[in-house]
Amino acid sequence: MCLGIPGKIVEIEDSIGMKMAKIDFGGVIRSACIEAIPDAKIGDYTIIHAGFALNVFNEEEAMDTLNLLQEIADLDQELNIDEQNI
Amino acid sequence: MNKISDFSKSFRDSHLVRGLVDEIKRITTQNWVMMEICGGQTHAIMQYGLDQLLPEQIELVHGPGCPVCVTPLDQIDRGHAIASLPEVIFCSFGDMLRVPGSEVDLFTLRARGAQIRVVYSPLDAVKIAQENPDKQIVFFAIGFETTVPANAASVLQAKALGLKNYSILVSQVTVPPAMHAILSSPQNRVQAFLAAGHVCAIMGYWEYHPIADQYKIPIVVTGFEPLDLLQGILLSIRQLEKNEHFVENAYTRAVTESGNQVAQKTIQQVFEPCDRNWRGIGRIPQSGLGLRKEYAFYDAEKRFQVGHIQTREHEVCIAGEILQGLKKPFDCPAFGKQCNPTKPLGAPMVSSEGACNAYFRFSKSTIS
Ligand code: SF4
Repeated sequence: MCLGIPGKIVEIEDSIGMKMAKIDFGGVIRSACIEAIPDAKIGDYTIIHAGFALNVFNEEEAMDTLNLLQEIADLDQELNIDEQNI
Repeated sequence: MNKISDFSKSFRDSHLVRGLVDEIKRITTQNWVMMEICGGQTHAIMQYGLDQLLPEQIELVHGPGCPVCVTPLDQIDRGHAIASLPEVIFCSFGDMLRVPGSEVDLFTLRARGAQIRVVYSPLDAVKIAQENPDKQIVFFAIGFETTVPANAASVLQAKALGLKNYSILVSQVTVPPAMHAILSSPQNRVQAFLAAGHVCAIMGYWEYHPIADQYKIPIVVTGFEPLDLLQGILLSIRQLEKNEHFVENAYTRAVTESGNQVAQKTIQQVFEPCDRNWRGIGRIPQSGLGLRKEYAFYDAEKRFQVGHIQTREHEVCIAGEILQGLKKPFDCPAFGKQCNPTKPLGAPMVSSEGACNAYFRFSKSTIS
């Protein structure tokens, strides 16, 4: 249940007492409450859980992590090749 | 192009999965037991067969992070009693419908005529309250820190709208007290924690430093995709092999040290810590979040007096031990026999985050 689904903010709307937004989940548009991410802008990616935005996704961090993992995978391949050569 | 769907795909990249698994194998020299706290992670691990890719020395045990599983039986029975009242429309997350109470489940009650609606968000329940002014709308507010802000927002919205017919039946729990309970148990086997990424998206991980220090245990904030989980495992093993123990973040795209402070403020505005019973585990001090006095009006437990609740657990179910990482679903004599997703004896077989359900659905699948 704590699963959050990443989606893109496509429209910000003010409804009664709660800041709401239309979120695009890979083509499916749903409304969610963005009260907890006041600085979010249209085009930002966010994680939605139970109709509520948990946080704005940090795209730079995502790329950094992937690069880091790529390095680990590459390094490991090299090490394995080295070990096989010994 | 939708970058995020690319991200999700990227975090499932099979080449990188293999690279990480190889690296984990390369650095693992002895047996280690680690616990993923969140049931969503348990499901991802089983769904992608990650447990089978790991070296045999690494044992993953499954934590208590399944809100449906730990909701105490007396509260479920109370929910059933409230849902049966003729003036009530009882709203719940779908996972809760098949969870067995002492006598029935919500699904059965609905078949008998009770007004029970599945909602995706507590805010949907508020909308139902707006549309049905002559009915009492009760939302079953279960969940960990991830869900609590949404539950709080529903109360705040009901208040803003001046709704008098909305209330919540609260059964919310928090992770750090459960970590203390697990680690201080004399039977504990857990040597490292994969902390629940979405709980930390809200709460950050500043609360975990004293736990890592006190119990000398690595804690790695971990996400939900295969690469997230493997990265969490890799960082934990690195620490364990070097005899180190600190808090690390392997889910930086969603989590910061301090978390989402706006959401934390919303939580604190509406709720305050209280003692809570965890189903199968027992009472954990200050592990719950109950409504503050100022919001007592929205407390369904106070609004509906449903009399004395007498609970009765099924005697063969070992859910409590599974939720504490002491046993695995296969250790249960009822697993897959008397107990299965269509006829569950305990909550972990029902919930999409329950370990028994994950084992039942995925125990043969692998990633390749
Ligand atoms: S398999 Fe069923 S009876 Fe056994 S522990 Fe899991 S939920 Fe309980």
